[in-house]
Amino acid sequence: MTVFIIRRLLQSIVVVFLMSLLVFVGVNVVGDPVDMLINPEADQAEIERVIRHFGLDKPLHIQYGHFLLNALNGDLGKSFIFGMPALKLILMRMPATLELAFSALILAVLIGIPLGVYAGLKSKAKVSRTIMAGSILGFSLPTFWVGLMMIMVFAVMLGWLPSTGRGETVLVAGIELSFLTLDGLSHLLMPALNLSLFKMSLVIRLARAGTREVVHQDYMKFARAKGLSESRLIFVHLMKNILIPVVTVLGLELGGLIAFSVVTETVFAWPGMGKLIIDSIHLLDRPVVVAYLMIIVLMFVIINLIVDVLYSILDPRVRLQDMKT
Amino acid sequence: MKKIIVLLIPLLSLMFINSASAKVLRAGIKGEPSSIDPHYHNLTPNNALSREIFDRLIMPDDKQQLMPGLAVSWRAVDDLTWEFKLRKGVRFHDGSPFTADDVVFTFERAPNVPNSPSSFMTYLKGKNIVKIDDHTIHIKTKRPYPLMPNDMMTFSIISKKHGQGATTEDYNNGKAAIGTGQFKFVEWVPGDRLVLERNDDYWGKKPEWDKVIIKPIKSSPARVAALLAGDVDFIDNVPTTDIERLKGESGIELSQGISNRVIYLHLDHKRSNSPYVKANGGGSIKNPLQDQRVRKAISKAINRDAIVDRVMEGVAIKAGQLLPEGFFGVSSNLKPEPYDPAGAKKLLAAAGVPDGFEMTIHGPNDRYINDAKICEAIAQMLSRLGIRTAVETMPKSVYFGRASRGGPGKTPEFSFILVGWGAGTGEASSPLKSLLHTYDKSQGFGASNRGRYSNSEVDVLVEEALATIDDAKRQDLLAKATEVAINDLGIIPLHYQVNTWAAKKGIRYKARTDETTLYSGVYSN
Repeated sequence: MTVFIIRRLLQSIVVVFLMSLLVFVGVNVVGDPVDMLINPEADQAEIERVIRHFGLDKPLHIQYGHFLLNALNGDLGKSFIFGMPALKLILMRMPATLELAFSALILAVLIGIPLGVYAGLKSKAKVSRTIMAGSILGFSLPTFWVGLMMIMVFAVMLGWLPSTGRGETVLVAGIELSFLTLDGLSHLLMPALNLSLFKMSLVIRLARAGTREVVHQDYMKFARAKGLSESRLIFVHLMKNILIPVVTVLGLELGGLIAFSVVTETVFAWPGMGKLIIDSIHLLDRPVVVAYLMIIVLMFVIINLIVDVLYSILDPRVRLQDMKT
Repeated sequence: MKKIIVLLIPLLSLMFINSASAKVLRAGIKGEPSSIDPHYHNLTPNNALSREIFDRLIMPDDKQQLMPGLAVSWRAVDDLTWEFKLRKGVRFHDGSPFTADDVVFTFERAPNVPNSPSSFMTYLKGKNIVKIDDHTIHIKTKRPYPLMPNDMMTFSIISKKHGQGATTEDYNNGKAAIGTGQFKFVEWVPGDRLVLERNDDYWGKKPEWDKVIIKPIKSSPARVAALLAGDVDFIDNVPTTDIERLKGESGIELSQGISNRVIYLHLDHKRSNSPYVKANGGGSIKNPLQDQRVRKAISKAINRDAIVDRVMEGVAIKAGQLLPEGFFGVSSNLKPEPYDPAGAKKLLAAAGVPDGFEMTIHGPNDRYINDAKICEAIAQMLSRLGIRTAVETMPKSVYFGRASRGGPGKTPEFSFILVGWGAGTGEASSPLKSLLHTYDKSQGFGASNRGRYSNSEVDVLVEEALATIDDAKRQDLLAKATEVAINDLGIIPLHYQVNTWAAKKGIRYKARTDETTLYSGVYSN
């Protein structure tokens, strides 16, 4: 196992390095940040000062060399626009995004599993058909449209929930959290639901398929024959067996939730990383875009590593030595 | 225990009364400032905020006219010296007095903030400040400089006591954000909110609001929805597509006003073989845009009324020059070119291209109001004339770099472009100097002359105007320069933008020509 982890770590370094090259070059060949930064009234001397100051006059490979050297020292560059380290800027916004992502995940599980199990147990019922049709909508409707519709219905027409922003926060261990206050919770509900819709549909489908498969297994028939109550049957014997694929998929999807909550954050003006990254892309704040993508690459590499290790622990049949990569 | 409760009751009721009577304005705005430091980033959202917390020597009013700010009067003592008398009895938010030392300090700091993505050097270079007494300063220049008062309304005056050694970070967290302005800084959580409270000791008219909570909502539909839902009281940058709908809402009031921003077309005047102009069928052609008659034909073929009515949904004013009426240096002789397709055809024939040619119009798609749609409309109008025009629009982050420096040797890349220009100084020398004067790096002229228009008559008039202290004479020179440049079609003006703000019923905004959103300009009726 140690050998496997060391080998995987070395591979990860290569992946991160290649990604840094791709990301840096990709971000740097698009557009020209100078015009996004400068006041239109500035004269040629000021424009040249800015180009020189940010090193944009240097050839790309030299800029990349600088970036790489600094990155090795943990410095992913300074934001053109905010003038502060890009990494710090991103980490400042991270708690808001994590809060949103985990809330969405919890909602997806809490709503998705019961609905999926129900649809699996009573697959012919009208309610089940409605649930499955709904899950198709959840898959196919674009997030920004659903978000705007939710705002129109729940904020504008009914006036139940606030339409925008994060609400009141409480400082816990130096991190601002909003789900601990009523105001914060009411601000969190709509964006979290919006972000979770896609995952919820996924959970419903997985839970339904799992249920349909498991109910016909011999051990379920045996348990029923033994005279176990229906609730014990469902919550213990059925649940345990359908949860494995759900947990696996959600673990992998969590990365996506954190990294790409961009649309939801923009629609609801949620002050997280997603909003920062989309603003940075619009204004070509290259160091922030590069730093963000590097963080995301690292995150995925680590999540994948953890999943591999967890597999071997959960399922003794999988031996890490046998997994070539 | 009882005692504590007895003590608490009046305290709590006091808090309750306070919160009930405090007038709070919640605003949803499109552009968030990148810093609270007034000298870090010379860009519209930052500058708008900085004049709420800090003051300027001269404060532009809603029409960008010069109004006394921290300076009560100013005059040119001689050709090379301007004298500013400073306001007496002004105090910073912490109670310390404002004096000439603060102005001198501001002149030192403003152009030299570390990591500044766009500095105030443009307005401060070549100016030497001398303190005469605590409330008088002289600013000296090497050459006569009539725009001194205009430049003095572009940057904010900070406190020497708090600004010395202060970093941008010190302003962002509030430590150094102590000005003389109408609002005091309370807190800033980037991306989430910015909170200001009224400065009760302000020297001028105090704003109505005890507290202002500013929320950046970049997405336009979300901003409108936030207003409709009652989460904010006031929004800026209302998209034209939503104006009709908001007019129908009984609980919403709109405030509109013309801006100093002209939307115009720039044409390649320089290259005789222009990359995006081709003969019919795609062969090469000697750049017809260099012929004044062709430029005139293009201007005549554009139906400005149709653009204003259809594309802009009535929310724009057609343009015949660089700035709308009422601004310093505009010409009373210039009118918007009337739509005249027959006249345009004749001119094309006279210029030797009766069957037209092929061309591409380039424009941004996320910078000006409806920019991409305007490009499409113009392409259709020109195609009807016989100039088959293709449209290529792109995000501003790609567009401006290519339009300014995308060609060989860092020259402008495109042949025919849509751009906008807002005159920051509020008078005509700003667009004349940057768009129509010959490109001249050493003197800083023509920095945004992306058509490389060059006309010695315009150059002479602009340079003379920029050296004429006398207001009446300068006004005439600027108007004359505008006439020469526009009649030669150095650029083709299309329309002036009209901006829209919206608020819940009972709240209005004094619309500003400089397109900025100032909370001190929001009032209830």
